[in-house]
Amino acid sequence: MLTDDAGRGANQAPEPANSVKNPRRTGGDLVQLLTPSGERISHPEFDLWISDVSDEQLGSLYEDMVVIRRIDAEATALQRQGELALWPPMLGQEATQIGSGRALRSDDFVFPTYRDNGVAYCRGVAVPDLVRAWRGNALFGWDPYRYNIATQQIMIGSQSLHATGYAMGIQDDGADSVAVAYFGDGATSEGDVNEAMVFAASFQAPVVFICQNNHWAISEPVLLQSHVQLADRASGFGIPSMRVDGNDVLAVLSATRIALDRARKGGGPTFIEALTYRMGPHTTADDPTRYRDPNELEDWAAKDPIARLKALLDRKGLLGEELEDRVKAKADAVAAELRSGTINMPEPAPLDVFKHVYSEENSWIERQKDHYSRYLESFSGSVQEGAL
Amino acid sequence: MSQLTFARAINAGLRKALDNDPKVVLMGEDIGKLGGVFRVTDGLQKDFGTHRVVDTPLAESGIIGTAVGLAYRGYRPVCEIQFDGFIYPAFDQIVSQVAKMHYRTQGNVKMPITIRVPFGGGIGSPEHHSESPEAYFTHTSGLRVVSVSNPQDAYTMIQQAIASDDPVLYFEPKRRYHDKGEVDEAAALGNALPMGSARVAAGGSDVTLVAYGPLVKTALDAALAAADEGVSIEVIDLRSLAPVDYRTVEASVRKTGRLVITHEAAQSGGLGAEIAASITGRCFNYLEAAPVRITGFDVPYPYSKLEMHHLPDLDRILDGVDRALGRPNSLSGLEG
Repeated sequence: MLTDDAGRGANQAPEPANSVKNPRRTGGDLVQLLTPSGERISHPEFDLWISDVSDEQLGSLYEDMVVIRRIDAEATALQRQGELALWPPMLGQEATQIGSGRALRSDDFVFPTYRDNGVAYCRGVAVPDLVRAWRGNALFGWDPYRYNIATQQIMIGSQSLHATGYAMGIQDDGADSVAVAYFGDGATSEGDVNEAMVFAASFQAPVVFICQNNHWAISEPVLLQSHVQLADRASGFGIPSMRVDGNDVLAVLSATRIALDRARKGGGPTFIEALTYRMGPHTTADDPTRYRDPNELEDWAAKDPIARLKALLDRKGLLGEELEDRVKAKADAVAAELRSGTINMPEPAPLDVFKHVYSEENSWIERQKDHYSRYLESFSGSVQEGAL
Repeated sequence: MSQLTFARAINAGLRKALDNDPKVVLMGEDIGKLGGVFRVTDGLQKDFGTHRVVDTPLAESGIIGTAVGLAYRGYRPVCEIQFDGFIYPAFDQIVSQVAKMHYRTQGNVKMPITIRVPFGGGIGSPEHHSESPEAYFTHTSGLRVVSVSNPQDAYTMIQQAIASDDPVLYFEPKRRYHDKGEVDEAAALGNALPMGSARVAAGGSDVTLVAYGPLVKTALDAALAAADEGVSIEVIDLRSLAPVDYRTVEASVRKTGRLVITHEAAQSGGLGAEIAASITGRCFNYLEAAPVRITGFDVPYPYSKLEMHHLPDLDRILDGVDRALGRPNSLSGLEG
């Protein structure tokens, strides 16, 4: 079974049968198991970790990728229609997010960024909760402990330290779960990501760093962040790394399983660079035509992550009407759920502004709340007078 | 009751917290074998092990950022920032993550993190070792900020800070580390004065003198000196800097009608300004004079041969008391 106890991930990562078990690699050649035209290429090391993926599961990975692309499109439309203030599209990064997200166990803990809505979907987060913050109805959409996925971090790279600390806690608890930090290429320049790798290596913490190199940090190309391949940076910290085709869901799934297995068995952290591309803008407020060569977009469109899995399914004779209909029905239902959940989201009450600043009573907050509620009440009085 | 130095009192409080709750973890630079540069954590790693008293890499943002992750996992990290001036690399994690996580997650994720900071001057240190950065943190919603002035409070309040489900910045006056005092280690924490309460350190009737941390002792000395001249000063040890226990300050000012506030930190935008504004608002009709601030100057912390000019001392505080009383003082005759 590919599905885990939460219904999506794959906790039964197969134990490779032969001796090519989990070598500590550093960067190296790009690992690709599925070409853009849908050809499955064999790789002695990485194939071992996905040998259990059945035809049915290939269809299910395809479904998830189509569904999150649909979520992305629907949220973008909701923003254009004024229902969301902003949206950070993940278009193009579906294979990285589904491939890694579905490798996780439900007791693993994810520390994502704002763009990792596909990962959040894998964790089982209710779809309208993905846009709660972007509608301005909350700073963040869900209870992290319900799905074992933390707040979608907006500060670049901060969460890499949180994941590392969480992993240190796992270690102290003697558990075999893993903390996973997601971040982008730009984040690798941040001090926190570098400090996280120092701590992770020093304490051999069970953490996986998944760097989605989507080539752009808003308008800044990856070359501005690094003159070496990002995966190669890890070796300076003594952390093994892999560089995989991030538009190849099988390569990402395999690499993530390798890293998770190492962490569970006390082998410490791993850095995965997933090479992908942000097909859309940074957010709906961005205009990439000001800084990006349109030819580049065309090149990457030809490497589309969903198209290539679809091509594989076709080659294998699995792309029947039944699968297509099922996937379309699911995507339609999820999009409808997102739309109605967004439009019908309950509005916050004015005094909610004071809620949850502290977990224990605070005299400053109480006083300001009291004064502001009196102020608000003074208006309800004048409204009544006006009515007379 | 036992006679303990300030540093030993904190050590005893940390030991008790480690004993009482297996989720308490100490983290910081040199806090293990060395016992910290001020020996505050002396012997704790030996007794509790390297997993509970953790020597970290030299990265302050890393210390606080990993503490956030540990708190996520249900731990209660107690982080030591080695010196006040070293806290700034961690500023982003403290302000953007530690302080806001509870609000961000609508109360689902608690951040029971205690951040210990030796602070203040007076020990002849090089740059970055004598600062008073508390106002940056009192201005940050989501944090609680305390400063202790004596071994008993140091012992009690470190335990209260660790027990609090909110993040607490715990400022330790490093020049008082070797001061001794009575500490009741047997007293139940539940009976102690709440962490958020101020304390009247010396009763008086003519002027209210508000101090915290290292200057409480200076303020008490000033009160003794003033008593010789027939001036009765009520000294309030603020203890909690965010939130300030205004009820205690208010009650005193209603009685005395005069307020002097002292701190080592620079004056402009400092805690004294906040207290002066708040008390003026709350007690305007009781005030006989404008509140007076006796503070460090608006300069970077100076080299050590000048620090005695920068730091408020007994005489400068008494000069301020004279101003509040309308008696001849250094600024007599100066308008505005």
